[in-house]
This record gives sequence, structure tokens and C-alpha cells, in this order.
Amino acid sequence: MLRQASRLLSRSVAAGSSKSATARGFSTEVPSTIDSTFVESWKKVAPNMDPPQTPSSFMKPRPSTASSIPTKLTVNFVLPYASELSGKEVDMVIIPATTGQMGVLPGHVPTIAELKPGIMSVHEGTDVNKYFVSSGFAFLHANSVADIIAVEAVPLENIDPSQVQKGLAEFTQKLAAASTDLEKAEAQIGVEVHSAMNAALTG
Amino acid sequence: MASSAAVPFWRAAGMTYITYSNICANLVRNCLKEPFKAEALSREKVHFSISKWADGKPEKPILRSDTPGV
Repeated sequence: MLRQASRLLSRSVAAGSSKSATARGFSTEVPSTIDSTFVESWKKVAPNMDPPQTPSSFMKPRPSTASSIPTKLTVNFVLPYASELSGKEVDMVIIPATTGQMGVLPGHVPTIAELKPGIMSVHEGTDVNKYFVSSGFAFLHANSVADIIAVEAVPLENIDPSQVQKGLAEFTQKLAAASTDLEKAEAQIGVEVHSAMNAALTG
Repeated sequence: MASSAAVPFWRAAGMTYITYSNICANLVRNCLKEPFKAEALSREKVHFSISKWADGKPEKPILRSDTPGV
């Protein structure tokens, strides 16, 4: 079976390369080429109806990467129920990625970062806005646009320190008493989130 | 083949990312100061009814609601 593997691989590569002339590029290229053979055969079958639109005709082409690094980072910070920041031009954001606090400047390498519970700060000149983010993702694009999505993000002033302490104590105790894997995981999550909130309030 | 990536502890315990993320969000919401906490909890209330179907007909629906008495 594996003897055929190289033949199968080379066959699929050859087929791919022969189609490369008509292969679709990334969406950085403007998707304006309409397949004319399809449109002609459609018109033969249904001359009174417009040919169907494809999703790519509704898409705006992805903005091209500027050749020089832009001076500002454009941030879109969205929550499921509200758009916190939309197209805001800032100098830097620091996001709580699972790999640690990540500072994002204009011209950052395109990255997808998973966020852990922690503080996200948006720096604009001398203003710093801090939010506590429960979890989410940050998509950093090549054109210095940062899309940050979180399930829950609150300004630090809205967090009640006494409830954080209570929750931390409760979950630490639950972690010690947990028996099943799932209970342990839930208690561990509780401990992590509350410690992060604690650190955010005191740090 | 052994798994190469280190899985997060919640995935190892059988939890999905969405469950993990929702638990984190709920914990944060529970630690908010008062008017924000009431707003956040009311925003997240759900109210829906589920019916299982058998033989092409819906059976008695189950009502799940966070607003009591509905």
C-alpha cells in the first residue's frame, strides 16, 4: 500500500500544479473574476434569472498589507453583546495571551493568540484603558489591525474585591475536595480566574 | 501515536473550549459590583423550550427558563 504512496502523491501534486493557473488565490486578490463558462451555461438553462451570487462577490477584498509599517494600530474589541472598540487607532495594546502578556505594536507579526483571564490594556498617547478579559482570542493581522474578541470584559473598577476573595477561597477549597477530573477542572478554572482578578485588582 | 501537543487541563478533563470560556465568563460576572452584576446577569438570561420528536410528531416540550414563574 505504501509503495503506491509516492505515485499517489506525485499524481495529486501534478493535478494540483496543472490547475494552478486557474487556482483561487487568497482573498488579498480581488475576487472580481466571474466564471464565464458557468454564467454562459446558466443563461442557456435559465435566461430570465440572474446567475446566483457567490459569497466572494459579497466580500470586500482583504486590505493589502502596507509596504511601510503604519504608525497606529487599529483595534476592534468586540464582546458578544457590544462592540467595545471599533476601528480605534491606538499606539499599543497589551493582551493577556496564554503564553503571557503580549504587547502589540503596529506592524506586529500576524498572530492568533488565545487569551487567558487577565488584563487587557489599550494605550493611546498617555491614556491607558484597562479591561479585565474573561477569555477569548486576539487576531493580529498583517495590516496592523487587531481584532480582539472576548466573552466578557469589564473595566477594573466594576469588580468587587470582596467577592473575588470569597470566590478564591471557595474554589481553593473545592479544588482540595474535588474527586472527579471534571470537578477538579472546574475548581481549577475557578482558582485561576479568581487569582487573575485578584492580581488585576492589586497589581 | 502519542499526542504531541500539551493539552490544557480542561481539555484533558473532557471539557470543550466553549464550556471553559463560558465558565470563566460566569465567574467574572459573579464578581461584579452591583448595578453591573444585575445588568450582566439579566443580559445572560435564557428562556427556551425543547421538544423531542418521535414518529414525526413533537412530544411534550421541556421549558428551560431563567425567569421564574414563566
